[in-house]
Amino acid sequence: MKIVAIAGSIVGSKTKTAIQYATDKLSEKYPDAEVNLLDLADYDLPFSDGRNYLDYQDDAREVTEMIMGADALIIGTPIFQASIPGTLKNIFDLLPVGGLEGKVASMIVTAGSQRHYLIPEQQLKPILGYMKAQVVQSYVYIEDIDFYQKEITNDDVLYRIERLVEDTMTLTRTYQKMREEKEAEYDF
Amino acid sequence: MEKYRMDPSKGLEFGLYTLGDHLPNPETGERIPASQRLDEIIELAKLAEDAGLDFFSVGESHQDYFTTQAHSVVLAAIAQATKKIKIASSSTIISTLDPVRVFEDFATIDLISKGRTEIIAGRASRVGNFDLLGYDLHDYEELYEEKFDLLLKINQNEYLDWEGQFRAPLKNAHVLPRPLNGSLPIWRAVGGHPSSAVKAGYAGVPIFLATLGGPATLFKRTVDSYREALEQVGHDPKDFPISTAGFFYLAETTQQAQRETYPFINSGMQKTNGRGYPKQHFAQGANPHDVMNIGSPQEVIEKILYQHETFGHQRYIAQMDFGGIPFGKLRKNIELIGKEVLPVIRKYTAK
Repeated sequence: MKIVAIAGSIVGSKTKTAIQYATDKLSEKYPDAEVNLLDLADYDLPFSDGRNYLDYQDDAREVTEMIMGADALIIGTPIFQASIPGTLKNIFDLLPVGGLEGKVASMIVTAGSQRHYLIPEQQLKPILGYMKAQVVQSYVYIEDIDFYQKEITNDDVLYRIERLVEDTMTLTRTYQKMREEKEAEYDF
Repeated sequence: MEKYRMDPSKGLEFGLYTLGDHLPNPETGERIPASQRLDEIIELAKLAEDAGLDFFSVGESHQDYFTTQAHSVVLAAIAQATKKIKIASSSTIISTLDPVRVFEDFATIDLISKGRTEIIAGRASRVGNFDLLGYDLHDYEELYEEKFDLLLKINQNEYLDWEGQFRAPLKNAHVLPRPLNGSLPIWRAVGGHPSSAVKAGYAGVPIFLATLGGPATLFKRTVDSYREALEQVGHDPKDFPISTAGFFYLAETTQQAQRETYPFINSGMQKTNGRGYPKQHFAQGANPHDVMNIGSPQEVIEKILYQHETFGHQRYIAQMDFGGIPFGKLRKNIELIGKEVLPVIRKYTAK
């Protein structure tokens, strides 16, 4: 099973910290899973110009192929200006319509205050739904106050990330079984 | 219709198209040499002609897993190898070619083929040709519209003055050779979306509509938009033929046809577009109202007749070689088309 965890911003460290914790937990609990951490800060990506993702070169090709090859995505995003960052939205724009079909997606959100707690519901979930991902309903919402020097200090947040990792894996396995069962109905 | 060398009284024309894909057989993982694939494409055209099909066309695609980038060269070989069948490009990516050169090539093929050649010009669904041939993808739309327009003007005028954004101007340019009967049928390749069909209507050109899968009613909207656009600018839709194109394959039963094609189509789509064909969607393709013509001869005949009633089109072209389907199967399919499909669809569509 291939899992890609995305740190969806090129600035700041909180999203990366949270997503790193999630991937560590994932590797620890599910040693058979292949986990890749995709930190957008490590890549130089063009804005999408509408071409098929296989027609990009270099970083854009690598990033899109990595995502398209995944069975599940754990998407980490900060909230900037009451929205997901443009860097993360650009990733979705680089992918084909319905490009997340057959994949499970879960969300870890970092934000400066509680005022943004519905942003993932209103902005990220509709995108994932449109792109046909199977979305893990509950997400982890983390505030500034939960971090100290690139570490998460709130045990409740750590528990919630662990549960999100488990839920992501459970849904991915269940969904794969459902698909296998459905596909077995066809004789071609 | 005469301008496009079509005679609707003879019924729906039937043809084949190939994108020249060169994909490994998903069952064996082996890929035939490019030289063999090209030989087989030329052979396919000859078989199609012998079986009484009306039309054969070859497309260009500049990316991995394709062999007919120089599609006009392949068509010249087909022109030489055949005598009656109409031949065309499906499609020529006019955006990144020089329309003068395209016209010279295709007018030459028309002379070699004794008046059997057509051009279907498109704008590329995959865009490897832009970097390869030195064009900027930002000009995608403008390049296509300008160059397509120039191609039409060259077709209409032996001498012309022309000025545009993407090519050196032409001053009293004499474009030679001229096609056997003065001009070539030139079609606009249209994807499923109505907006491109509407532009074809405004320009007063016939359309080649790609319909790979999905309910026929979905594509009917595009066909209707095209005819409305023609009328809006004062054309009579009766003067303009419509062709549809899509997946096709025959076997004894529909289940067998699906079993024989699915692995090729799924793996071919995966390799060339990055996403396979979902089984659920493919299974729905067997519905009598779906445009995908994969099934038993009887069921496919009924689907083609249903599509003809829905679209009122004049030509259907089948893609049956996608994904490395072995040549023996294609040969068998052409035999079935000639013996079982053509006589019936001609009988029911001729006026």
